[in-house]
Amino acid sequence: MIEARNLTKRYGPVVAVDDLTFDVLPGVVTGFLGPNGAGKSTTMRMILGLDAPSSGTVTVDGRPYRTMLRPLHHVGALLEARGIHPGRSARNYLLCLAQANAIPEARVDEALDMVGLTAVARKRAGGYSLGMNQRLGIAAALLGDPDVLLLDEPVNGLDPEGIIWIRTLLRGLAAEGRTVLLSSHLMTEMALTADRLIVIGRGRLIADTTVDEFILRSSGNRVRVRSPEVGRLRAALEPEAEAVETRDDGALIVTGLDCPEVATLAAAAGVPVHELVAETASLEQAYLELTQDSVDYRPDQSGYPISANADAA
Amino acid sequence: MTTTISPPRSPNPPVPSAATPTPTRSGLDARGILASEWTKLRSVRSTWWTLVSTLGMMAGFSALLSAAFVSRYDHLDAFEKATFDPTLHSLRGMYLAQLAIGVLGVLVISNEYTTGMIRNSFMAVPQRPAVLAAKAAVFGAIAFVVSEIASFAAFFIGQAILSQKHVQASIGDPGVLRAVIGAGVYLTGVGLLGLGLGALLRRTAGAIASLFGLVLVFPVLAEALPSPWNRNVSKVLPGGAGQAFAQVRRTSDALSPWTGLALFVGYIAVTAIAAVIFVNRRDA
Ligand SMILES: Nc1ncnc2c1ncn2[C@@H]1O[C@H](COP(=O)(O)OP(=O)(O)O)[C@@H](O)[C@H]1O
Ligand SMILES: [Mg+2]
Repeated sequence: MIEARNLTKRYGPVVAVDDLTFDVLPGVVTGFLGPNGAGKSTTMRMILGLDAPSSGTVTVDGRPYRTMLRPLHHVGALLEARGIHPGRSARNYLLCLAQANAIPEARVDEALDMVGLTAVARKRAGGYSLGMNQRLGIAAALLGDPDVLLLDEPVNGLDPEGIIWIRTLLRGLAAEGRTVLLSSHLMTEMALTADRLIVIGRGRLIADTTVDEFILRSSGNRVRVRSPEVGRLRAALEPEAEAVETRDDGALIVTGLDCPEVATLAAAAGVPVHELVAETASLEQAYLELTQDSVDYRPDQSGYPISANADAA
Repeated sequence: MTTTISPPRSPNPPVPSAATPTPTRSGLDARGILASEWTKLRSVRSTWWTLVSTLGMMAGFSALLSAAFVSRYDHLDAFEKATFDPTLHSLRGMYLAQLAIGVLGVLVISNEYTTGMIRNSFMAVPQRPAVLAAKAAVFGAIAFVVSEIASFAAFFIGQAILSQKHVQASIGDPGVLRAVIGAGVYLTGVGLLGLGLGALLRRTAGAIASLFGLVLVFPVLAEALPSPWNRNVSKVLPGGAGQAFAQVRRTSDALSPWTGLALFVGYIAVTAIAAVIFVNRRDA
């Protein structure tokens, strides 16, 4: 379990993370969602004790990360800047991390095998594809068999097969009772992988909810209904609905009522109904609605790069 | 538009098998952290080419300069012959070799910052001073061994050539053994200074430039100061202080060997302390 309390990070004039309070619970995949520059990577670096919060605290299973000994047994992470020296082989990369945490060498080979890099394990990482580098980063995160996992944009650079692989992996790890925090700026990815969502924009918390609730709560839930007697149907629905629009093709789009309510009202008015469909807002729509006010335009104004990487260090 | 939310769940995801149980011992695992730093050091090529350069420059310049001296010997005046220091002459390669070992010292840490590896290192060992100490220990040990081999090789090669004119020094002569060991100590120290500067500046180019400035450019600038400042400043700079320990004959404008060594170690200690404080405080 990860607990953030009033977590704030300022880089000079830029408030990258603004008073964030949230819990990441074990047993589910928690999606950490927000547009580029929202502060996801910064938050993750603070969880991992890499960046010090300007104020507020964050702990992993009750402990600040920097007080942990051999933390890889406990926490595994894939950072945005993967940090692999191009001249070092995958095996040596994992080996030096393993040695620092008393993880046996056999586990290094196991991890390489798990991500399918055994064949190139002794080759220089500079020659790896983006996807292979990504797999290596994931192997590093899994090295100590941790019960808390943090992955910053893990699907970047993966091929479709790899994306499915990591999705299945993360769901499996969460099902074993582990804590999984997965950041992304892509909503589709979250819909498929996450159970819970923490949505941030401009460093602030926008929503902390389940994926299902997130969609339900958005105002985009509408009902599409067709009738040969559009005028009468409209008259029957309008007093109860928030809004009723007529589409070019003659269908009515009703907001503020669900399908049973529309059906009941139509029946009471004796209007025949030819089609009745719930139009669920996509996660995309819900997300855009929530974050459209908080999309980060600061990079243009302040001259900071949109995402923090090794250069920003 | 309708969206399906429930994901296709696979019953058997590739789940990692049990690794080692979390160690219950308390305290830092110094051996593990040292082993880790050794793996990092040996697994990049720059380590090997800088170390080979260090050896090559020490041995190569000793041969070159000694041969040059031998060929010029008959044209030298009495004063030049009398003040000739055969030990120092064979160790002159250290002015260049210090650059190679210094670059390695810088790279040992700046490589981690430029690639982002430092974050993985600090994620594995959040006790940052321990990481820096292990780095300094492992790099320092390798640098010392290689520098001493280079220094002794340079000495013996040089003396073998100088013996053609019977001006060679013997390792048993007063002060000679200390000076030969001293050249290796000096090179190791420059490497550690590089490591400290690399940790402070985080950028390879900036740290290398600072190090070269400190050991090469400052002494030249100091020479341009009005007398007696030119001599007094130069000898207390890191280069002058460290090299004093590698001289058999104390020249009038140098510190005594042991004072020089103490001052040189002082420079390294101050850089190291500043580096630890900075690295510990700043965001990784
Ligand atoms: N080291 C840094 N120095 C200065 N600004 C930074 C640094 N890291 C991040 N930022 C700024 O903080 C904001 C949040 O960045 P980041 O955490 O990378 O967002 P995300 O991961 O959600 O895209 C951005 O405006 C970014 O430019
Ligand atoms: Mg990011």
